[in-house]
Amino acid sequence: MALTIKEVEHVALLARLSLSEDEKKRFGEQLSSILNYADNLNSLPTDDVEPLTHILTVNNVFRTDDIKPSMDRDEMLANAPQAENSQYKVPKIM
Amino acid sequence: MELYELTLHELQERLARREVTSEEIVKSIFTRINRVEDKVKSFITLIEESALQRARVIDNGGIYPGIAGIPLGLKDIFCTRGVKTTCGSKILENFVPAYESTASGRLDQQQGVLVGKLNMDEFAMGSSTENSAFFATRNPWDLTRVPGGSSGGSAAAVAADEVPFALGTDTGGSIRQPASYCGVVGMKPTYGRVSRWGVIAFASSLDQVGVFSKDVRDNALVMNIIAGHDPLDSTSAAIEVPDYTSNLDGDVRGLRIAFPKEYFGPGIDAAITKSIKKALQKYEELGAIVEEVSLPHSQYALPAYYLVAPAEASANLARFDGVRYGYRDFEAENVVSMFSRTRAQGFGDEVKRRIMLGTYALSSGYYDAYYLKALKVRRLIANDFAKVFHDFDLIVSPTTPTIAFKLGEQSGDPLTIYMNDILTVPVNMAGLPGMSIPCGFEQGMPIGMQLIGKAFDEATLYKAAYAFEQNTDYHTMKPDLGVK
Repeated sequence: MALTIKEVEHVALLARLSLSEDEKKRFGEQLSSILNYADNLNSLPTDDVEPLTHILTVNNVFRTDDIKPSMDRDEMLANAPQAENSQYKVPKIM
Repeated sequence: MELYELTLHELQERLARREVTSEEIVKSIFTRINRVEDKVKSFITLIEESALQRARVIDNGGIYPGIAGIPLGLKDIFCTRGVKTTCGSKILENFVPAYESTASGRLDQQQGVLVGKLNMDEFAMGSSTENSAFFATRNPWDLTRVPGGSSGGSAAAVAADEVPFALGTDTGGSIRQPASYCGVVGMKPTYGRVSRWGVIAFASSLDQVGVFSKDVRDNALVMNIIAGHDPLDSTSAAIEVPDYTSNLDGDVRGLRIAFPKEYFGPGIDAAITKSIKKALQKYEELGAIVEEVSLPHSQYALPAYYLVAPAEASANLARFDGVRYGYRDFEAENVVSMFSRTRAQGFGDEVKRRIMLGTYALSSGYYDAYYLKALKVRRLIANDFAKVFHDFDLIVSPTTPTIAFKLGEQSGDPLTIYMNDILTVPVNMAGLPGMSIPCGFEQGMPIGMQLIGKAFDEATLYKAAYAFEQNTDYHTMKPDLGVK
């Protein structure tokens, strides 16, 4: 199947990627070709197969709720592109 | 022989006998790096001053247990406290982590000396290191060829004698394929064997940390240090870590080795097939039992991988939004536009492609057809391996279908470059340990043999790899970089 430009734009929005017109066209073609390749999987009957989400059989790994030292706030904020009053600063949301 | 040419265990012996100091070793390493680095281009960051300082501190202590005083390199995907960590991406070009990954931290606690951070495909997505946002690394055996990827810097640095060992990561072959292309030993242990804490995530159900080294013993020595449970990574396994060096005795008598017919089919270079068959003969001569088996779902592993890995990547890479770290676009007027523009400018083509693919495979209406289908196929692939390991101790195959390709040769169609992973991807899908060791040459380029083991049975891989190494001399061959 071939992805339409509209579908590419929808996926790009979900992925928070602002794409150029050229990229939309190119990625659309490349994704279509990869998805065609993935369609090979359809020749395999899997109705009775349990999906394998994870190799290890562990789930719900618990620890006791002890207070431990956490990372230093200023040190973490030092990597922020913009920070103010010990908080991350971003452009307006509303 | 120069110090930089020695293996980790040879350096250990010399330090223990007080024949050299750590400072002399680190100096020798930097002499080598200065001579060859402009050809090979393995490193994104070098930290000569702090490495020398560390070495002097260790020398002052006067004792050299384990890897104390021995230089090492890290793929630039491991967060290193105070040392820039880019993941090969423009989006993290100036990122200096405030914490250390568990794996690199364990090497640091053992007084290993970090000399620098190694080049890689951006976010570990690629098979040639050409997807690095900064520059391409060259294969030390032929500078017109790629070193493989994504841990290409790690493989090339070890092959070029720039470091005795290095850490890498492997999601679909990113340790084994470059190890094969560069003629070094590369081990991707079982999923969960080594903590992923502090390792920048690509596909969390597949990613695993591993070791590049000049020989099998060195690899086992480093695995002894980095393997084991970590409370900071709940997917790290609470399974005891054996001493991986204790079985290096060269004895493979009675070992049951399977070779899957699907891994020797069309698409695999004849010279590579021949080389692996010869290695299997060697194992037979040494007393192993060698038989052909079938892994019938092999052909489905690659398409399933290229749905599962991008799907996980699309979720993992959502964190790079220009808020807490890394690059930000300052032109945007609102926050959604800031996210989208930051990511568009900060990520390279392959990363964008995989985020798009993964987002699509997870999106409403396509989840069942693509992502869920791939997870079901993943089960079938794991079952194939389980069936073979019911009767065998080890699976042997080529690591790659071809020798290292030329730079630029596979830059067009993404599917062409994905095919490089066809023999390594199934191992990640099943979470098994896989290793590549040098086993021959073709057109002057190294060939790698892949050893695949049962879950948490790295010890058998090391044992079998060591036996082969003891009876061959491929691991002693060095590329000629035209400098002395």
